[in-house]
Amino acid sequence: MKKAIVSVVVGVTLGVAATAASAGTLDDVKAKGFIQCGVNPGLPGFSNPDDKGNWTGIDVDVCRAVAAAVFGDTTKVKFTPLSAKERFTALQTGEIDMLSRNSTWTMSRDTSLGLNFTGITYYDGQGFMVRKSLGVTSALELSGASVCTQTGTTTELNIADFFRSNNMPYEIVAFEKNDEVVQAYDAGRCDVHSTDASGLHAERLKLTNPGDHVILPEIISKEPLGPVVRQGDDGWFNVVKWTLFAMVNAEELGVTSKNVDEMKASENPEIKRLLGTEGAFGEGIALGNDWAYNIVKMVGNYGEIFDANVGPDTPLGISRGLNALWKNGGLQYAPPVR
Amino acid sequence: MAGARTAEEAAKKVAWINDPRIRGLAYQIVLIAIIVLLGYEFIHNAALNLEKQNIASGFGFLKNTSGFAIVQTLIDYSEESSYGRVFFVGLLNTILVAVIGIVLATVIGFVVGIARLSNNWVISRVATVYVELVRNIPLLLQLFFWYFAVLRSLPNPRQSLEISGSVFLNNRGFFLPKPVFGEGAGLIGIALIVAIVATVAIRFWAHRRQDRTGRIFPVFWTGVGLLVGLPLVAFLVAGMPVTLDYSVLKGFNFVGGLRVIPEFVGLVLALSIYTATFIAEIVRAGILAVSHGQTEASYSLGLRPGPTLRLVVIPQAMRVIIPPLTSQYLNLTKNSSLAVAIAYPDLVSVFAGTVLNQTGQAVEVLLITMLVYLGLSLVTSLFMNWYNARMALVER
Repeated sequence: MKKAIVSVVVGVTLGVAATAASAGTLDDVKAKGFIQCGVNPGLPGFSNPDDKGNWTGIDVDVCRAVAAAVFGDTTKVKFTPLSAKERFTALQTGEIDMLSRNSTWTMSRDTSLGLNFTGITYYDGQGFMVRKSLGVTSALELSGASVCTQTGTTTELNIADFFRSNNMPYEIVAFEKNDEVVQAYDAGRCDVHSTDASGLHAERLKLTNPGDHVILPEIISKEPLGPVVRQGDDGWFNVVKWTLFAMVNAEELGVTSKNVDEMKASENPEIKRLLGTEGAFGEGIALGNDWAYNIVKMVGNYGEIFDANVGPDTPLGISRGLNALWKNGGLQYAPPVR
Repeated sequence: MAGARTAEEAAKKVAWINDPRIRGLAYQIVLIAIIVLLGYEFIHNAALNLEKQNIASGFGFLKNTSGFAIVQTLIDYSEESSYGRVFFVGLLNTILVAVIGIVLATVIGFVVGIARLSNNWVISRVATVYVELVRNIPLLLQLFFWYFAVLRSLPNPRQSLEISGSVFLNNRGFFLPKPVFGEGAGLIGIALIVAIVATVAIRFWAHRRQDRTGRIFPVFWTGVGLLVGLPLVAFLVAGMPVTLDYSVLKGFNFVGGLRVIPEFVGLVLALSIYTATFIAEIVRAGILAVSHGQTEASYSLGLRPGPTLRLVVIPQAMRVIIPPLTSQYLNLTKNSSLAVAIAYPDLVSVFAGTVLNQTGQAVEVLLITMLVYLGLSLVTSLFMNWYNARMALVER
């Protein structure tokens, strides 16, 4: 009921608030002094608050990187935890300035919601987790299974496509909140828990005995996850887009949060342009020339935030895979700063 | 009389602009115009803004293919059905929960309400503890409690609790054999209809006879006999055309038969147990509102406590009970929208949830959803008002 009320309020706001969310989010953000960033209420590695209310995760770091670029201060960001259902409406109505909440870039979301995806922070794909005791080794053996998942996501549709195309009967049990999905799966309501593979690694940690569960090898969909902003606000779109590019470029050029000060003295023109010692690339996005320096110095390059949040040394233990730089056989590629 | 006439004459004399009737009418027209204008402005503004933000609008999406599955559907539904179909699936699931929840809540509520007034110390205390405990805990928590507590205590499908291989209980639900009606089964239906008509007729006749002669006819037991007996006879005469489709464990889950999903059980339990506490208080208040003199008078006429409660106290208490009871029914219906928390596919979950998210058309979807809840509430109110009018004190 609470959710319904929130949605109604959101709907009414759409009707009344004329163009609260009009052009100029960057100016609005500068004026109010912080960025309101929509994030996942709890997905380890992507966006997760600890017991002191500090948020960690890749998605959260993207918000902080934008704050670093705009204000030179990573604390000038406020987080709004949003359910899968609420996220796009919250952005449409101007409740948040940007959404960084493991959201899949799809055509319909990009074209009919009045939103723009600014890039891809994480190349993901949907997978399945089952109990080891079932003895299942492939997703093609799941005929007749009950699948627990979250409502309002692309996963619901992918599951339908996968089971239908393989002519397998199935049952889908869709919860509003991720925590209930995990609980219901843990309680044995479902044989299968399905979401993005990164999410499965994260949620396996929440189960009573993580070791009793196995993630099946099949990846049944493409899930490019990225930040989202409102359509028709190119200035702000550029800021968020280039924040991400700056992090990837920094990794490619070997600039890290630790060596960024030394790198400022580098003779490499690409590094000089990125860190603002040559040219005036900050002007193009209405920011200072040290915008990218601040991002790398305060948050880190792409590889750093990946390793710190989801990498092999974290509890999630995810290898770079598709998210490696293009030079290393992955898909992460950013246009040059030039 | 004289005063009224002078007032009429006075009204004729005043200018039209000072005529209270014309003035009243004018104010109302202005008010309606303002409301219509506001409504138009609101819709127009919303449409304009949606267009400006490149958000799709209109109701054309209802014809698009949904592409997702739903765990419980009362009508035929597949991933190839339209969003419009999803709406009906969700609506029927909501109505199912509301109706069953209301019936259960009413039964529990009446029993507990009467139990609270019992002279038996243990019974009245147990009822009091139940009411005070349950109505003071938020419904959402109770929903989670019933769902997860029930789910965790049930075995997996391979270790189902079973009764003679036909009824199974496990954490995937409650499985019953489903009757399959073969040729000639129509006769059973006809027999059932005949039995219902006969029961109503007998009740009517018995009432008339009791009014005339004072003799009581056992309508209840005759009715039960007819309703059970006639279809049974028809079943035997037609050559037992009904077979049972049993649930069978196949792969991960049971296949076939009739199935009640755990989400449904959890939701109905939570809703009815929670709402029953309020109904119990309403029933208790209603009974206490009937003067004790009525009970004494009834006893002095020689009626025993049972008939006294049934024939004297309850009918009078009902007049106090029905209006607040209606509110509780409406509450239960609206609270059923919490279903989404435990994955029961009600209207809010599948339509205002999944469909809204797939299409992004928040305004249209929520408008439809709100209209549905408004409609359901109005229908419930109308029915209860009709019932209230029937139960009202009839003066002769």
